[in-house]
Amino acid sequence: MKIESAIAANRFGLGARPGDLEKIERQQPQTWLLDQIQGPARLPTDISDLPTSASVFRKVDEVRREDRDQYGKTVREYYIEQAHARYRAAATSDYPFHERLVHFWSNHFAVSADKQPMPAVAGLFEAEAIRPNVSGKFVDLLLAVEQHPAMILYLDNQRSVGPDSTLGKRASRASSSRNIGLNENLAREILELHTLGVNGGYTQQDVTTFAKVITGWSVGGAGENGRFAEGEPGTFEFRQVIHQPGKQEILGRQYSQSGMAQGEAVLHDLALHPATAKHLASKLVRHFVADEPPAELVDQLAAAYLKSGGELSAMYTALIAAPQSWSSAFAKYKTPHDFVISTFRAFDYVPDEARFLIGALDLMGQTPYRPGSPAGWPDTAEQWGGADALYKRIEWCNTVARFVGSQANPVELGDAVLGAAFQTQTRTAIGRAESSIQGMTLLLAAPDFQRR
Amino acid sequence: MLTRRDILSTAAAGAFISAVPSIAFARAETDARLVLVILRGAADGLAIAAPYGDGNYAQVRGELALPPPGSSDGLLKLDGMFGLHPALSGVYDEYQQGRATIVHAIASPYRERSHFDGQDVLENGAAATGLLRDGWLNRALAPLGGTLGTETAIAMAQNTPLILRGDNSVTSWAPSQLPDADDSTLRRLESLYADDEFFATRLAQAIKSQDIAAGQGGMQDMRSRGNDAQQALTMMQAAAKFLTTDDGPRIAVIEAGGWDTHANQGAANGALANRLGGLDAGLTALRQGLGDTWSRTVVAVVTEFGRTVHVNGTRGTDHGTATAAMLLGGALDGGRVVTDWPGLRNSDLYEGRDLRATSDTRSLFKGLLAEHLELPSAFLERNVFPDSSSAAAMRGLIKT
Repeated sequence: MKIESAIAANRFGLGARPGDLEKIERQQPQTWLLDQIQGPARLPTDISDLPTSASVFRKVDEVRREDRDQYGKTVREYYIEQAHARYRAAATSDYPFHERLVHFWSNHFAVSADKQPMPAVAGLFEAEAIRPNVSGKFVDLLLAVEQHPAMILYLDNQRSVGPDSTLGKRASRASSSRNIGLNENLAREILELHTLGVNGGYTQQDVTTFAKVITGWSVGGAGENGRFAEGEPGTFEFRQVIHQPGKQEILGRQYSQSGMAQGEAVLHDLALHPATAKHLASKLVRHFVADEPPAELVDQLAAAYLKSGGELSAMYTALIAAPQSWSSAFAKYKTPHDFVISTFRAFDYVPDEARFLIGALDLMGQTPYRPGSPAGWPDTAEQWGGADALYKRIEWCNTVARFVGSQANPVELGDAVLGAAFQTQTRTAIGRAESSIQGMTLLLAAPDFQRR
Repeated sequence: MLTRRDILSTAAAGAFISAVPSIAFARAETDARLVLVILRGAADGLAIAAPYGDGNYAQVRGELALPPPGSSDGLLKLDGMFGLHPALSGVYDEYQQGRATIVHAIASPYRERSHFDGQDVLENGAAATGLLRDGWLNRALAPLGGTLGTETAIAMAQNTPLILRGDNSVTSWAPSQLPDADDSTLRRLESLYADDEFFATRLAQAIKSQDIAAGQGGMQDMRSRGNDAQQALTMMQAAAKFLTTDDGPRIAVIEAGGWDTHANQGAANGALANRLGGLDAGLTALRQGLGDTWSRTVVAVVTEFGRTVHVNGTRGTDHGTATAAMLLGGALDGGRVVTDWPGLRNSDLYEGRDLRATSDTRSLFKGLLAEHLELPSAFLERNVFPDSSSAAAMRGLIKT
């Protein structure tokens, strides 16, 4: 068994299920990955069975207005349903590389479920804005994200009002201007996190101007005090009355479009900006190759992306072709998310109890859809490598091993899911374990299983 | 490549002595306690300690302005210029006893407005982003002694925040709900990890923390569930237990999120007031938990930067520059507001929008490390805060 098969399954994929390594070996690891870029022809049923975010926004809003006591429960139920669907799909996917890309971009464009009503829609945001767009042009992903109601609400853009818009001028005449004006949160995070990156060369002036450009990017439906009631509830709504009119200049470029087209033109330019190419490439290389992304590989990916006119698949293909991608089976320390999914896959186990998996991730510090900030979860061993965090993993390994009992032989399982990456000392330690439960704990907690 | 162990042993062999006066090692142990509370998300200094005496305050803060001392829901009077947010009544009690200090118009050297870079600079102690990969508080541990198993510092979190990451051994702890792994399994893992320094070090640190937690009794039952305020309270109580254990850590770092109040921030009541109330309860629990040790303690509550002076279009505030830091503890010569107040007129503001910084967080940290932990200045300048000569140590914060 080749080490490349283990790398493809465990670093690029979400962890091998028993039998996967043989299949990868037959298809050749690189081909196996390339074949997954476009994803399955049909959505996993776990995902296609989910409700639409518009219907959930409407429902949650209705409960908030009419049945306030039930609000928390309603939101929680949606959250559990969506988190469960995500991890079921991940545990069973035959396209684990594609699935990892969905998770990667969902984290790049994080809407953290600690601000209401994000818990009710974070998974739907992933299903609607991210999942269909991970292998096309980046600009399509970017537009889908920035025009999704979840992102707009998460970063407060729905009521950001252009000072010279119809409503802005009326409010300043009425001298109630304190309640009405710009909010630069979404504009800043688009530049800093979603596109150019923090060293991407923009200024505070660019942030403020961009905030003006995207005024009016809002969400339909009843707002507070009946304001902003127009539009299809829970869907993207462009509101001309709060949009700042006029030409704008961002990063030295003039934008003379009017209305929504102006913001879309800016996003098109941002998507193809060399700083964006570099930012995206370095995040991908960090995720798939090394905590310290090799500069030449980042440059290769960025160049491939720009040459292709902004195709995400150009970066994935360059990544798969790069020799640096295949140099170690232990290049990355798994995040709790990686660890939990790869454990489920190793046991070919589909969690039927959502609380079990959400609780496990919560305990290990990576509650689903809740990174706590728009920057998403970190992606290096340094940031996940707390002493207590390792101890929690060991406790969970032990809990899982007790749960699985002696239904599986840990040495055989190590061979099946780690293949050529299964280390001699781990095999020896398991062989000397006092019980198969203890052996299973050692397998799951071993450095070879904890890394990818 | 040098491993962490190599660095520790060379440090112990006196590699720093050429750079640092020998006093660095004379103080191998400290009885002082230092707690860093990092408020992530940019807490609004103008709400923590409001300059009600500044003639422009009420006008620029509009609906977020807090009522002056003496009115209903009014500020708690610190002096003729500043009042503490009414939700911070526990801090105010300490202030009145001379055991709390407010440092105002303070910021790290970072002058952009990214949370994430701002936190990096606050924690790495460098003059700009990306210059240092380890944290200043970790670098400060070198002369304080403490190695694997007897760490001087603990992160009250599963994962170690940047401020404590680096070559010196630190530990971390957070409550758990899972059954413990048994000793036999842990011994076998120690042996399995023996050749892998990343895993070996972390397991050793974690086992030590578990021992302390178990020895104190009760901590194993602490639940990580509950709202943010309850979690903060739990962490403060646990920190107090670690810091009062005989061979336990002397320095703790606690993080609290949720300060990024872009919308509906509220004034005397509302979202930010609730956060501050939770923080206040946590700080009170920490003080009570430390008991007599409080007299040898300094708690520094800091955040990455402040927020805009003016209210934004959504009844909140956007990312700004200078903010306020709170210091608490019996070791302080407190009961005062330390500031060179920059003013709130438009022409006073940084880039026309933010409270201008007139002091540097590195000055504050240097002052605390020098006077409270008695670390030598040359070491602080050279090793802990390189390129910080523009930020002189803040003196006189600690009781002599």
